[in-house]
Formats: sequence, structure tokens, C-alpha cells
Amino acid sequence: MLKDWRTQLVLIFFSGIILLFIVAPIAGLLLRTSPTEYSTTLQDNEVVSSIGLTLLASMGATIIFGILSVPIAYLLARMNFPFKGLINGIIDLPVVIPHSAAGIALLGLISRGTWIGQAGEAAGISFVGGVAGIVVAMAFVSLPFAINAARDGFAAVPEKLEKAALNLGASPQRVFFSISLPLAKRSVISGLVMMWARGLSEFGAVIIIAYHPMITPILIWERFTSFGLSYARPVAAIFILVCLAIFITMRVLSGKRYHVRN
Amino acid sequence: MLEIKNINARLGEFRLQNISLEIEPGDYLTVLGLSGAGKTVLLEILAGLVKPETGEIFLDGKDISSQSIQKRPFGLVYQDMALFPHMSVRKNITYALKGKGIPKQEQNNKTLELARLTQVEHLLDRHPGTLSGGEAQRVALARTLASDPKVLLLDEPLASLDVKLRQELRELLKKINQTGKTIIHVTHDPMEAATLSKKIAIIEKGELIQWGRPEEVFRNPVSEFVARFSGIKNIFLCEFRKSSEKNGLSHGLTKNNISISCLDDPGKETAHLMIPGEDIIVSEEKLETSAINQYKGIINEIYFLNHGVELIIDAGEIFSVVVSKRSVEKLGLVPGKKVWLSFKASAVKIL
Repeated sequence: MLKDWRTQLVLIFFSGIILLFIVAPIAGLLLRTSPTEYSTTLQDNEVVSSIGLTLLASMGATIIFGILSVPIAYLLARMNFPFKGLINGIIDLPVVIPHSAAGIALLGLISRGTWIGQAGEAAGISFVGGVAGIVVAMAFVSLPFAINAARDGFAAVPEKLEKAALNLGASPQRVFFSISLPLAKRSVISGLVMMWARGLSEFGAVIIIAYHPMITPILIWERFTSFGLSYARPVAAIFILVCLAIFITMRVLSGKRYHVRN
Repeated sequence: MLEIKNINARLGEFRLQNISLEIEPGDYLTVLGLSGAGKTVLLEILAGLVKPETGEIFLDGKDISSQSIQKRPFGLVYQDMALFPHMSVRKNITYALKGKGIPKQEQNNKTLELARLTQVEHLLDRHPGTLSGGEAQRVALARTLASDPKVLLLDEPLASLDVKLRQELRELLKKINQTGKTIIHVTHDPMEAATLSKKIAIIEKGELIQWGRPEEVFRNPVSEFVARFSGIKNIFLCEFRKSSEKNGLSHGLTKNNISISCLDDPGKETAHLMIPGEDIIVSEEKLETSAINQYKGIINEIYFLNHGVELIIDAGEIFSVVVSKRSVEKLGLVPGKKVWLSFKASAVKIL
């Protein structure tokens, strides 16, 4: 069917529309920003420190929560237990609920009135209006990307390889770190990159918990509502370029696929 | 000695029932059965990868039924090899040696020694994805041998190989067995079993039907399944009437009304009779011999085999007879030629 030139033309046409829909606004934004605007904005300390904060907070969320999520991903890939479907559904919850609502829900958990909030304050960590709060909010909304990708990655590792390693005398820990994790590495890293990228773009949950210190999506929003499009656009353009550069680099570095003999 | 006592296991709808076997040190046991008979499950139970519902496994008198997978001295080679795709051949082989406190130099020496034995020395720096089926099978063997198992468990190791590689690997397996390593080899190929094993166990639908030395099993199959599976072709379901016992012989009637005489009384109304192809004599004329079973037939087909010539003869029932090439030439045996078949009542076995 795909060899028919008319079918090919229709497929290419619709694919082109979809790609254009994604690329056009971003390209428009980047192209409409003049070199002077780029240069001026790059010298704006508020913008630079906001981008730095956003990158670091999202990376922190990914490192802490993403790595913590590897065991549950492995468990969901390898074990069958009652209510497994329910647990998979719970993991997807942050994706389906409005993020501002997620922010409100998180606030109820980490505000200063709660024991977690008080424990944090006692340890010198301020969630509300603090970097820790931003990290928690970013992690909450982006965790499903890491867990789902890692779970699918582990599920794709043939169980037989793990059994063979056990049979060769390896402990379950050694099997996990020498067989399961390296073979699922690409998916795990891909999930972490997606989690990190999703965390970078978070606005709704973060603004409820920490308006300040200001992450870039909030800075863009503030400049847009206070000063208009021309002030917000250069910040948005630079932020997009930084994200794209890191995102592409991570994708390239995330390793090669291995083919299991059958 | 490895003793398997009353192993029962259930995997979904499948059941492995009352498997009991005794394997002497240095034995080469082939577990023979059709696909889905439960052969691989038995290996996985021995390796500790599948937990049986009941039963015990003793090795040298010690109950190892509840021993963890890592501690069991069984090395399992999977049918699809299960080589670690992200590691080089060298790392695959060294895997079992690591974490045991063995000095690195000793690990390297052992890896080289095994690579030499399995003839994969030139492949040490390659990755499994780049190996041929035969090479991968050798690497899988070397990797398992590195764990120095007392018993080597092989799951269809020759299944995916061509004739030449099969022969090479067969020789390697014999060589490994000659070093004193006990081998349990699972296969669906009776020829493979016959050429390699010291003992054979036949499994059908999760049950151990028969086990013993290959010549015992193939010469005296206990059931139609074992006989057919062993490649014996002349098996006929016969009816025995009370009045059919004459002259100290029993006479069974096939569904095509051919009467076959045998020495023993089957003790039931119907039974399978089996006549080994090599016990049937082919002649141009009816013979004056002690053979009581004589039938006139016509040659339908002729197949030239490695070890002789197989004649398919229609004598009311279809018989398969193996004769020498010389006999074919001497008697001028060609398809369509009318011949006589003769065999003694003592050659007929009741299954």
C-alpha cells in the first residue's frame, strides 16, 4: 500500500502539516528575535540566573527522584502482583491532573503547617518559596516519564539473561547492576532526559509553591503579563535554545542499543 | 550421584509429574521428548530457576532442593544461548569467575583455557551479536564451564546448527563429558540422543515414560510413543481374540486384516505390535524358514540412507524394511517389484 505514489503523497502531506505545527511556532519565535535582543537578554542577570536555577532545579529533581524511581520501575517490569494495573495508573496521575491542581495538592503536603514542611524548616530547607519546593513540584509532574520509560526498558530485557547470570553464580544485586540496568540503560536515560525536560517546562505546579526564586517559565509569564510580548519573547527564545542544545546532546550520549541473539 | 525424586511441578496448564531419575557421576543423560513435553522445565527445576511443588534433588547424598540458584553446582546452557549482548565474549566467559576472589591473572588464564577448549580463542574480543550460531553455542558452553559446574545442563544445544557444526559440537560435548563432567542434555532428536548418551530418559506430556541405556530403550520401547519417537516404523494396532492363541502363539489382526503372530500373550483385546525393520527379511520368493510371519507385498518407495536402503513395502499394511545396498543390487529391488517379507514371531514385540 505504501508503495503507491498517491498514498505516499497523502502521507507526506499530513506528516508535513503535523511537523509544521510543531516547528513553525518555535522557528517563528526564534527567528523573530533579533540578534540585539538575544545579546541584551543574555546580559540580563535575572534571565541568566533564572535559566541556571531552572536547569539545576530540574536536574536535581531528576537525579534525586528519577534515580529513586528505578526500583519501582524494575518491580513493575518484573513482578506480577495484585493491583499492579492500579499502581501503573497511579504513576500516570501527575500527567493527567491539571498541574496547578497538582501544585495545590503538593502545597497541602509540604506547606509550613505540615510535618514535612516543619521537618524541612528544622533542617533549614524551605519548600514554600524555596528551591526545594521547586524541585519537589518539578519532580511530581515529571516522574511518570522516568518511571514509564525505565519500566518498559526493564521489561524489554529478556528474563533469560538474568536467569543465566544467576545460574553463573551472580547475586541478585550483581545481576541487576551488571545485566538488567546496563541493558535497560538507554530507556532509563531516555526517561531521565524526558523527566528533566518536562521539569524544565513546568509552570503550573511551581508557581503555586514558589513564585520566587523565579524559574524561567514563570519569568517569561511575568514579563509577558507585565511588559508585553516583546519582552517575554527573547527570554523564551534563549530558554528554548538552551533546552534544545542540552536535550539533543543527552539523546546522542544516551548509548547504543544491543540486540539479543535468538 | 544426582538423584531426582518424585519431582512434580505445575506451570499454568502444564504439569510435570513424578519425575525420578538417578544419574551417576560422569554420565551423559539425554532427556528426549517432543516440544512442550517438559524437558526445559526439568532443567530449570534442577538449576533452581523453577520451584517444584513437590520432590527432592540430592547431589552426592546431600539434599539441594532448597539451595539457592547461585549455590547449585549446575550450569545451564539455554537453547538460545542467552549470551550477554552488552559484553564481549571474554567478559561473558569471565562473568562466572568474577566476584569469587579469584586473582585477575588466574581469571584470564581460566578464560583462555576454556576458550581454547571450545575453540573460541579468536572471538574473545567480539560481541555476541556478531557471532554465528555455532560460535555463540561454543561461547555459551565456555561461559557455563567457567562456573565449574558438577552437572552441565544443556537445552537443545544442537537445534539451531547445521550438520557440520552439529558434528563439531557433538565431538566437543563428548570431549567435555570425557573430562568427567556429568551432562544432562535435552533434545527432541532421537539420533542426537543415540549418538551422545550413556543413558536416555523419554518424557511425554510431563511424565517420564522410560529411561535406561540407549540400546535398551530403543530395542525395548515400553509404549507406542517411545517406539514411534525412537524412529521405529512398523507398529500396528492389533486385535486379539480369545481363540487367537494357537500353537503356543498369539495372533493379532491389524485393521487391514493382516494376521501377525507373536510369542507372548498381550493379555488384552487390543495391543500395539512392533517389528524392528532390521528383523524383517526381504526375498523374491516365499522362504522355507522358521519365520512364521510371511507376506507378499509390493515395493512402493526406496530411500537411500547413510547406513543402508529403506524399502517401503505394501503388504496389506505398510512395512519399512532396512536392507543393504548390496541386497538392493543383488535382488534387483526397484519400486513396483513384488517381494516376500518374513519375520519370526520372536521378533514381534508387544508394546
